[in-house]
Amino acid sequence: MSSAPIHAGRSLVVDAVSHRFGPSTALQDINLDVKGGELVALLGPSGCGKTTLLRIIAGFIAQSEGRIVIGDDVVDALPPARRAVGIVFQNYALFPHMTIAENIAYGLAARGASRTVQKETVARMLDLVKLGGFGERLPRQLSGGQQQRVALARALAIEPSILLLDEPFAALDKNLRLDMQIEVKRLQRLSGITTILVTHDQEEALSMADRVAVLSHGRLEQFATPTSIYDTPATRFVNTFVGSANELGGTVLGTDGDFLRVRLDSGGDVSVRAPGGMLSEGSRVAVCLRPEHLRIDAPGEDGFAGVVEMALPLGPTVVHEVRTGTGAALKISEPRSGGSLLRAAGTAVRISTAGPGLATAYPQTV
Amino acid sequence: MAASGLRRSIDVSGYDLRLAMPLAGFFAAFFLAPLAVLVVLSFQTDTTGAHWGVTQYVQFLGDAFSLGVLASTLWLGVKVTAVCLVFGWPVAWLHARSGPTVKSLIMLIVLLPLLTSVVVRTFAWIVILGRQGIVNATLMSLGLVEAPLKLLYTDLGVVTALAQVQMPLMVLPLATALSRIDPNLVAASEVLGAGEWRTFAKVILPLSLPGIVAGSMLTYAASITAFITQSLIGGGQMLFMPMYLYQQASTLQNWPFAAAISIIFLIAVLAVVTVFNTLGRLSRGFAQG
Ligand SMILES: Nc1ncnc2c1ncn2[C@@H]1O[C@H](COP(=O)(O)OP(=O)(O)OP(=O)(O)O)[C@@H](O)[C@H]1O
Ligand SMILES: [Mg+2]
Repeated sequence: MSSAPIHAGRSLVVDAVSHRFGPSTALQDINLDVKGGELVALLGPSGCGKTTLLRIIAGFIAQSEGRIVIGDDVVDALPPARRAVGIVFQNYALFPHMTIAENIAYGLAARGASRTVQKETVARMLDLVKLGGFGERLPRQLSGGQQQRVALARALAIEPSILLLDEPFAALDKNLRLDMQIEVKRLQRLSGITTILVTHDQEEALSMADRVAVLSHGRLEQFATPTSIYDTPATRFVNTFVGSANELGGTVLGTDGDFLRVRLDSGGDVSVRAPGGMLSEGSRVAVCLRPEHLRIDAPGEDGFAGVVEMALPLGPTVVHEVRTGTGAALKISEPRSGGSLLRAAGTAVRISTAGPGLATAYPQTV
Repeated sequence: MAASGLRRSIDVSGYDLRLAMPLAGFFAAFFLAPLAVLVVLSFQTDTTGAHWGVTQYVQFLGDAFSLGVLASTLWLGVKVTAVCLVFGWPVAWLHARSGPTVKSLIMLIVLLPLLTSVVVRTFAWIVILGRQGIVNATLMSLGLVEAPLKLLYTDLGVVTALAQVQMPLMVLPLATALSRIDPNLVAASEVLGAGEWRTFAKVILPLSLPGIVAGSMLTYAASITAFITQSLIGGGQMLFMPMYLYQQASTLQNWPFAAAISIIFLIAVLAVVTVFNTLGRLSRGFAQG
């Protein structure tokens, strides 16, 4: 693999980009600063504007406001052909009437590369995506995963400065998806190419990306490392969309060092993070607690009371669904160590929260 | 995905073939039988039916006039098909790339002529192309020509009128083929650095070949057999196979010769259709994803 192309990835800046389709706003003031060689995932639910942002970066649509900067160049005036971006579409969009080799050579031919250069590059690319010997086949004679690797090879053949991937794994089955995720990550590391990966699969975003941009309704909710996204979510949307979270109502008691002290409606006090700023005593908050941050069977009168509704042994973890005195349903997950046991439905338990600062409080809006 | 599900649930091979019997019977009685009669008739050497032989065929193939009529008919088909293709392709492309409203508007305009009779449309062309017709009146009032141009009863007139009459047969298959082209392919071509012409020549045109072949075949077959338009716009001076055939059979009562003309014309058309079919099969294999 020493023949793999090593091109220093160029940086990408999305500067205050907004986009409107007629009266409806698809993107609202998006700011992203992607370093050269970084892999950034755009994560968000369906219709939040991920594809729109990708198409703006590629140059297929002109944004209503803001700038796109690649390296040192503002590219807003450039057509897609001159932005030097590579794109892999969700359906791969391989040219069905051309062989694999012709597909990969397409961009080089369009740039006027000589036949020798084309042949060399095609061979190198096929090698890179481990499809040597497939050059003369047609796309329809390849499996989904192989087609995807061809799409990747075709995009990389022109040595783009930015690689854009629109839900590249969505059409693959689970095992193949994991293989391809590893493969893409390997290729990305190897080539050092700046990459934007669009996905609505949070595991994919968290496992593959250096940083994750979470979008919701056309707004950027948070742009941070996977660890920060998961452990210190900036908004209630991020907290509930990434990973799962139990939401409990509560009232602010006061501050506790860097944290906020909150009395939960179901009973018990917790020290929580307050990313929206400190809230005054007595204000209502929604406290988000991850299932792994709750403990069943607090000693004595600690924590608050609940009744087990269901126990789900999920391989390495055990999840209990518990209903609190206030009627809220909670999911509590515990590692399946030797001592942990499945509690029968109807068992009365006491629930406590693990450690200060693990839960997060957001101002209650409703 | 829904389509493949549908295809799976409606399994055509599961139906009883006997359901096709009425249609088969109809075809046998009103198509195959007359065709057989025609073949038999064409081997009579004279109108009395007393002698048999290939003299009718020898006469046609040895006669420069008859061969000329055949050639000009086949050539007319080529010209009409070419005109329909050149004008129909952009319309079909526009249809494939437009939003729903414009799409149905284009379809309506394309289909509108089919809702009027061919006779009516042909007479409209006579009004347009005549000596005192719309085209000549406009040209003369603009001072572009001194005397009216001869448009009716010319090759140009026949090709123009036929192209308009047969246009839907070209546009419909083309529109179907073009709307099947994934817009992402065009985007992929662009982003890989291809200009509009390269994208057209390397991606869009090759992928529209199945539609081009199907549309051309329909247009060709329809325009060389278009008796009404050919004879009304072509007038007495221009003779094409359908009219030639009609004269021999109806006016001269030379049924054996008319039958031989039919068979020769039929074979010529089948040859052309076979060529188109082969091209079609090749291009479909070539363009499928
Ligand atoms: N061409 C268009 N015209 C009008 N509205 C559009 C157009 N393209 C997208 N939209 C709207 O913009 C919003 C964002 O669409 P976009 O395709 O970017 O979503 P997405 O995040 O990629 O969703 P998905 O995960 O389903 O692909 C949606 O509400 C969509 O309806
Ligand atoms: Mg999308």
